[in-house]
Amino acid sequence: MPPPFIAWLRSPSPQQIGRVKALLFVVCLIPVSLLAWRFWHDDLGANPIEYITRATGEWTLRFLLITLTVTPFRRFTNLNWVLRLRRMLGLYAFFYCCLHLTTYLWLDQFFDWRSIFADIMKRPFITIGFAAFVGMLPLAITSTNAMIKRLGGKRWLWLHRLVYPVAVAGVIHFWWLVKRDIREPLLYAVILGLLLGARRVRTRQTA
Amino acid sequence: GSIALALPSLASAGNKLAGVVSSNYKVPDPSTPYKYVTRYNNYYEFSTDKEEPAEAAQTLKTRPWTVSIEGLCAKPQTIGIEDLLKFAPLEERIYRMRCVEGWSMVIPWVGFPLATLLKRVEPLGSAKFVEFTTLADRKQMPGIGSRVLDWPYVEGLRLDEAMHPLTLMAVGLYGEELPNQNGAPIRLVVPWKYGFKGGKSIVRIRLLDKMPGTAWNKAASHEYGFYSNVNPEVDHPRWSQATERRIGEFGKRKTLMFNGYDEVAPLYAGMDLKKNF
Repeated sequence: MPPPFIAWLRSPSPQQIGRVKALLFVVCLIPVSLLAWRFWHDDLGANPIEYITRATGEWTLRFLLITLTVTPFRRFTNLNWVLRLRRMLGLYAFFYCCLHLTTYLWLDQFFDWRSIFADIMKRPFITIGFAAFVGMLPLAITSTNAMIKRLGGKRWLWLHRLVYPVAVAGVIHFWWLVKRDIREPLLYAVILGLLLGARRVRTRQTA
Repeated sequence: GSIALALPSLASAGNKLAGVVSSNYKVPDPSTPYKYVTRYNNYYEFSTDKEEPAEAAQTLKTRPWTVSIEGLCAKPQTIGIEDLLKFAPLEERIYRMRCVEGWSMVIPWVGFPLATLLKRVEPLGSAKFVEFTTLADRKQMPGIGSRVLDWPYVEGLRLDEAMHPLTLMAVGLYGEELPNQNGAPIRLVVPWKYGFKGGKSIVRIRLLDKMPGTAWNKAASHEYGFYSNVNPEVDHPRWSQATERRIGEFGKRKTLMFNGYDEVAPLYAGMDLKKNF
């Protein structure tokens, strides 16, 4: 008999999965809560709006990468139930992306639509960032059980492969934004490369 | 002062500069708070993060310090920082500072016109440009290990720009000696150009007949030109320069041509500033 914790980890009961989900829901709110708390206490440095933009953008990327980790993690550990956390993680990526976009539209551009439109058309890093947001929209909209049923599993899976170009676009968005020091975007690019690479390994094995 | 007491890590700053006289070069805009001026710095020799140099630059030793002035001049010389602090009256000048990244500050600098210094070495008729080389010491500056820029950081001006009365050699801010993260012990301030033109912790000034290669221009010549005058009409290839966020303000304000210093316009008469960005 394995120790109880291992047994629990291998096949948690529906209630236990429910509790894990509730805990994860709260944990994923920590970054935005910290931001709000620091904003309230005037602790975001000299340029708070830049700080918020940067933080929400980086959390979008992090949640995208965490979401993309679920599938390889399940494969290597055989813990199939972790798949049931993926939707929430993906929706959190979308949530932070919405905060990021709102910061840009509101606090950076003050809803000056002409300037925003010009920005999207003229500046490649904004173009690709906006494209990534647009790519996330159908994924968020079709994330409900009802939508999965309506689309049918195969078509739904096919549509949700859109997450790969979205993640690539997100990393490029960050890369094109930095002035000179590319070490951070490079780190995201390497992790994304590993996560996508892990999928290729699997495809070859099963082929 | 009380600020230095509240921030013990800034111990090297806080020495009041004696005999500072007022000047007419003061913009009416309220000055950016000291804590922002000294904790939001681009100083890549210490870190590419803007908050980190305030701590990281404490390793910089600013005494002894000399600036060598050489090249096409009749009296090249090496001047110690003690003499630099004394040889011209120190003036307080409140300048706008516009960063190429789209934010700005208003800073009460203390310093003297670069022209005073250059006249002392008597530039030759063949001198057309001035090159500024800043300290690049791996032992004191952790950022030198990275290849983000081609060290040492070099900046340059045309001689007539360098001789303009607005061009300042700053040795202090807010009436005190420059904090390390702001470019101690002596730095360049050219208020109508983007902030990166103002080299920090300068060790050499050289008079040349040719345009010197500058750090950001070498790093990305299509993004950063030699002139780098503040110009709302010429966007950075990756972001707009039409507006700026003044640190401490919520909204954005329109960026002014030459950062509002219209008196420098004659320096560029007949030049296409879209080409010579």
